[in-house]
Amino acid sequence: MSDTLSKIEKRTAYVLILPAVFLVFSIILFPIFANVWISFKEVGLKDIRIPEPRAKKIVKSIKDNPDQLKVIYKLRNSSLILEIRDVKFQDKLPKNFKPINLDERCRVKSNKIYCEFGNWKAKYKENFQILLQSSDGKQINKKEIKTIKPKLTGKSDNILLNTNFTLKNFKKVFFQNEFFDLLSTTFYYTFFGTVGSIVFGILTAQLVNQKFFGRTFMRSVLLFPYVGPVVALAYTWELLLDPYSGTLNNLLMNFQVIQEPLNLLGQKYLTINFFGFDFKLRLALTTVIIFEIWRYFPLAFLFILARLQAVPKELYEAAEVDGAGPLQKFTNITLPQITAVISILFMIRFIWNFNKFEDIFLLTGGASGTRTLPINVYEQGFTISDIGMGSAVSIVIVALLLIFMFVYFKLIGKRADEN
Amino acid sequence: MKTKSLIYYALISSIFLFSLVSIWKILVMLQGVELKNLNFAIIITLGIAISLLNLLIGEKLNYLIKSTFFALIFTFVDGYIVQVMPIWYNIGIFAILIFYSLKINKYNQEYLASEHSSQIVVFDFLTLFGIVLFSFVILFPFYMMLITSFKTQAALLINPLDFSINFNQDFKELFKSYFVIFDTYKFGRYILISTFVSVGTVIVTLLFAIPAAYAVARLNFFGKNFLSTSILIIYMFPAIVLVIPLYTVFSQLGLRNSVGGLLIVYTATTLPVAIYMLQGYFRSIPKELEEAAIMDKLNWFGIIIKIILPLSIPAISSVALYVFMIAWNEFLFSLMFLDNPNSFTLSRAIQYLSGDAETPRQYLMAGSVVVTIPVLLIFVYFEKYLVSGLTAGSVKG
Repeated sequence: MSDTLSKIEKRTAYVLILPAVFLVFSIILFPIFANVWISFKEVGLKDIRIPEPRAKKIVKSIKDNPDQLKVIYKLRNSSLILEIRDVKFQDKLPKNFKPINLDERCRVKSNKIYCEFGNWKAKYKENFQILLQSSDGKQINKKEIKTIKPKLTGKSDNILLNTNFTLKNFKKVFFQNEFFDLLSTTFYYTFFGTVGSIVFGILTAQLVNQKFFGRTFMRSVLLFPYVGPVVALAYTWELLLDPYSGTLNNLLMNFQVIQEPLNLLGQKYLTINFFGFDFKLRLALTTVIIFEIWRYFPLAFLFILARLQAVPKELYEAAEVDGAGPLQKFTNITLPQITAVISILFMIRFIWNFNKFEDIFLLTGGASGTRTLPINVYEQGFTISDIGMGSAVSIVIVALLLIFMFVYFKLIGKRADEN
Repeated sequence: MKTKSLIYYALISSIFLFSLVSIWKILVMLQGVELKNLNFAIIITLGIAISLLNLLIGEKLNYLIKSTFFALIFTFVDGYIVQVMPIWYNIGIFAILIFYSLKINKYNQEYLASEHSSQIVVFDFLTLFGIVLFSFVILFPFYMMLITSFKTQAALLINPLDFSINFNQDFKELFKSYFVIFDTYKFGRYILISTFVSVGTVIVTLLFAIPAAYAVARLNFFGKNFLSTSILIIYMFPAIVLVIPLYTVFSQLGLRNSVGGLLIVYTATTLPVAIYMLQGYFRSIPKELEEAAIMDKLNWFGIIIKIILPLSIPAISSVALYVFMIAWNEFLFSLMFLDNPNSFTLSRAIQYLSGDAETPRQYLMAGSVVVTIPVLLIFVYFEKYLVSGLTAGSVKG
């Protein structure tokens, strides 16, 4: 009895989860594996269009003979690279017309014309003609013939499905793509973005954890950058930072903080003289990191605030009795209480910042030294139109990601063992 | 009284005063008033003077009289330095000074003599400073977005610092950018598409996630543990690595440029976190309720509809709002999949607008306001639900 019950339970469970699992599998897991496949191929953006046999129909009357009509089909292979095999053609003829001197590849069967054109090479073109003879001398509307579209079918190789593999893409990724430059920019962006958002998260959480007028309002406001649409916020910042008509530069110049406008998003390096030493600051990258911190510190804030509110008040009261000041309370009570949250946040944000695409893409498009790995995926795949290269970069990202996750779960496991 | 506390108190309170006054001056200047100098040295000196006076006077004067006195002094000195300013500028300065004087009122000589007083002073003022500064830094871009959408191209180029809005003009003139984006750039259509995609994603995600979450939370089946751990790992995989394969497959299937294709992708990417959030909540529902239902011969469909759903309205709302927000704000897939202006979402439409360098910026900002306002309204109104959604679905970046 219980056996059948558990069987029913199992079956029910599978029915319930199957749709979700299927969808996630086909849209998330399948592409990750597909990346591996594509990354070993030489595929361009134009190759992924399936070649199609196409025909443009032109109808012409013949001057000397009003009883005849000429129908011309401009046939072509839409692909510049691939062959189409076994092209079959089919079109409907007007009722009162019969073809004469029909091409030997074709035959007529009850008002329909069927042709077999065989194989078409890449770029294949042909002007195929049919001469039609009216059987009853009636005039025919040429437009009417034109509106009937011929049907063409054919088989072709899908470049994605053949088994030609190459290591070219990976060679390019590692040796021709300024790979280490990309990697260091990505890490720079990820690390400082993560640390910055956590630091500001701690500060703001500490703020909002106190009582003051307008506290709930403040809490909502602090989350605005995180919930706002990235497109709107990025363009607003772009206008704000514009070197000539942007508010920030004009403000700073108005108050004589700077003499020349700074191209915050378009300048790769800014040389800063500091006690006689020249430092080169990566200006655009720094700006992008600041935007990133501005947009994502609310998440850290939310997490840390939730944790702070769970810290028992007695701890602070006891510390006060022991004569601890605010700084000691912070370092001895608050910080130890939030280290666990911070380490989780660090890992999560690190992984997500590592993969961040939209923010940099919208602000700089990857120019002036802000090209990270995700930007490179887009550039390779869609700007340079090399799908194979794009996939290869994606694979590098996935591999690094798996390493991060491995480290993350190791550390989490260790932490769990310690407690 | 300790000297260290005294110095900290005088310095940090006057820096705080300076930041308040400066923010006010910047806001005033953005109304088209000419103002070239923040007078750092003078304001700091005045601030130090007032904070020291405050200690000297102590409680000999009623605190209201004392505050008014300080405020008046400061307003007059400041008014003398900056010269011709509109009267509301001085009123603002006066109000800031009243606020400031009330804040420093609690510090007296005894207070500064107590243990840790220097630290407490620093912490107090940093808190105030932080509140003011963070509010300013966060709200300013939103403020700029809104104001720019009401300006004209010419006005923006003549003086980029003039944020004043002329309310005397015709209603149609004032909202011109909005009329243009709706008439010329078909934003009405994009709003509909964005709404359709977002609401559609919410509905489809819930339809898929609720049964799956119930199964994970309640039923025993082979592979359950594997499934529940892999949910989050899958969620960590970023959209950017999915883009190329999905682009190729969708191109070949003819799903690109279709709202349906976008809906499938959005659903799949939000499903893991939706399942994760819901199963956590379902576990907290007492099992006894379902056992009673099984006695009544309800099948799983009946259990979900009649017992689970009514009890998990809060969790489902959280998930729904969270998913809505993700779908509404999503940009990467809409960039990749849509290149026909007839099927753009709002985000994609704005990006498309900006691609044309000729597009005046006020149109761009009007579009940004249109896409931002719905999420912010929803967020403010349903904050409680959304915050719990954000914390649970935190990993989404």
